[in-house]
Amino acid sequence: MLWNFNSNTPIYIQIIEQIKLSIAVGEYKAGDKLLSVRELASEAEVNPNTMQKALSELERDGLLYTQRTSGRFITSDTLKIAALRKQLANEQVENFISKMKLLGYSSEEAAEMLKDH
Amino acid sequence: MLLECNKLCKYYGDKAALNNIDLQLERGKIIGLLGPNGSGKTTLIKILSGILTPSSGDVKISDKNIGIETKKIVSYLPERTYLSDWMTVRQTLDFFKDFYEDFSVETALDMLKRLNIQPSEKLRTMSKGTREKVQLILVMSRNAELYLLDEPIGGVDPAARDYILKTIISNFNENASVLISTHLISDVENVLDDVIFLKYGNITLHSTVDDIREQHGKSVDALFREVFAC
Repeated sequence: MLWNFNSNTPIYIQIIEQIKLSIAVGEYKAGDKLLSVRELASEAEVNPNTMQKALSELERDGLLYTQRTSGRFITSDTLKIAALRKQLANEQVENFISKMKLLGYSSEEAAEMLKDH
Repeated sequence: MLLECNKLCKYYGDKAALNNIDLQLERGKIIGLLGPNGSGKTTLIKILSGILTPSSGDVKISDKNIGIETKKIVSYLPERTYLSDWMTVRQTLDFFKDFYEDFSVETALDMLKRLNIQPSEKLRTMSKGTREKVQLILVMSRNAELYLLDEPIGGVDPAARDYILKTIISNFNENASVLISTHLISDVENVLDDVIFLKYGNITLHSTVDDIREQHGKSVDALFREVFAC
C-alpha cells in the first residue's frame, strides 16, 4: 500500500482514512489478511503505536477484526463495505457542494453542471 | 516508569544549562527532544548516559541511579564519533561485543549488509556519512531499554535516513524507549509518539504529536518554527 501523509492532521486519522479508502475501492478485499502492526508501521514509516491506534479504531468501527492466533483481517461483511463506500461518496458530494457554494452556485446549478460534465 | 528526572539542574560556571527539569518517560515510546542550539539537549542526554553529573536534582533510569547498572541498559549515540579510525567495521563490532552483554553481532551485520557497508572496511577510508551509519548501527544493535540518540540523522543522505528511521521503528521493543534529539523535525515527526521542547534549559512543552496536530492544526515542525522564531 502507498502511504501519503500531510503534516497538519494527526497521523492516525490519516491512516484510518487511507485504509478506509483502500477497503472502499477494493484494494483490500473482504476477508483479506493485514500485515502485522510492525510491518505496516515500517511500510508507512510511522510509529508502531500510531499504527496500533488507527487499527484499533477501525476495529471498533467493525471494519477490521482480530483473530487471536492468526492476525488481523478486513471485515467479511460486504454490506458494511458497501455502506463505507457510500459514506465516502457522500463526503465527496458534500465537499463538492460546499466548494460550489463558495463559488456562488446553488445546489441545483451545481447538479446541473455535474450532469453536463 | 523508564526514566524519572526530579528538579534536575546543570550549571556550567554560573550559566544554567538545565534548569529544574522534571521529566518522566514511559516504556515503548519514541520521543523527540527538540530545541534550538544551546537549549540543553546534549547536556540532558549526556547526564542520562552518565557522562556528565548533574549539579543538583536526581535521575533514575529503571529505578536505578545513573552508574554502571544504567550503562548496561542505556545505549548512547553521541554527536561525534569516538571510534578509532584505524579500526575496521568488524573490529568495532568485536569492541562493542566486549563491552556490552546485550550487543547482537548478527543484527549489526544484517543492517550493515542492508546499507552496503563492508565489515572489512576501515573507518578511516569511509565518508563521514558512512561512519555515522556504522555508529548508529552499533548503538541500535544493542538490546537496551533506553536509546539516547544525539542527532542521529544529521549527516546521512535522505535514503539512508529513511532506512535508519525504519530501523529504529522495527528494532526497539515494547520494553524500550528511544529519545532522539534532532533539528530535522519534519523527517522524524511521523515516527515520534511524543515531543519535548527545550528552551534555555527548561521544558516548555511535553506532548504527543497527535495532540499537537489536533490542538494547533499544524505539524510539530511548524509549531517549532513558531515557538522558537528568531
